[in-house]
Amino acid sequence: MPLTDSLRDDILASVPSLRAFAISLSGNGDRADDLVQETLLRALANIDSFQPGSNLPAWLFTILRNLFRSDYRKRRREVEDADGSYAKTLKTQPAQNAHLEFEEFRAALDKLPQDQREALILVGASGFSYEDAAAICGCAVGTIKSRVNRARSKLSALLYVDGADDFGPDDTVRAVIGGSGG
Amino acid sequence: MKEVKSQASKSPGPGKQGGLNAEIQSRIGHQLRAMYDDVVRQGVPDRFAELIRKLDTPEGGAGGDITAKPDGRK
Repeated sequence: MPLTDSLRDDILASVPSLRAFAISLSGNGDRADDLVQETLLRALANIDSFQPGSNLPAWLFTILRNLFRSDYRKRRREVEDADGSYAKTLKTQPAQNAHLEFEEFRAALDKLPQDQREALILVGASGFSYEDAAAICGCAVGTIKSRVNRARSKLSALLYVDGADDFGPDDTVRAVIGGSGG
Repeated sequence: MKEVKSQASKSPGPGKQGGLNAEIQSRIGHQLRAMYDDVVRQGVPDRFAELIRKLDTPEGGAGGDITAKPDGRK
């Protein structure tokens, strides 16, 4: 369909979530914005292939995801600066404790296989249905479901089981519990 | 002395995630959305608003060449 004003507005309205998706995928703010820019250029260049009435955000996310994939293959994460540059993209710096927790979460997310990470983000953060997420990733709905489940299990293992000391009873509590027998 | 019965089925809803407990799940979901929404709230950077405005040339302008290099990066 031709690029109408309302379509242009809709594309613009998708930019914030495209950026969030790109940053979640790449862990790097600058690179994420380059991805978004390239996504917009491709989308506008191929606007004729967009079906009016179909899901515009899903279409844009598909483009971004494919760009990220090919880019990823090229670069192979030569730069691992997830925490630093991501934190810089935040408007408000979280308080120290929250910040630490946030960085742990970010680091754990980065440890997930890419398939699982993108599935989890699409469903758990972007708010796409399993069906839309499957379309974006070009796989079956069941595959998305199982990736999301595996992503959740793995995150939970990384954050709350391996790091059980952080969340379990602290030393004081443990001393009280364990020390009652004297 | 009254003993509080252990509430075996305390977790809300059936645990459909095998071993994953509901609290951890909701914590993960919350973190994920917090991370994501933080970026969403930043809105549309000028860079992109401009880009879309610039490319909005009524037919004949950009010609929709997909190989066109994104310039103006700096």
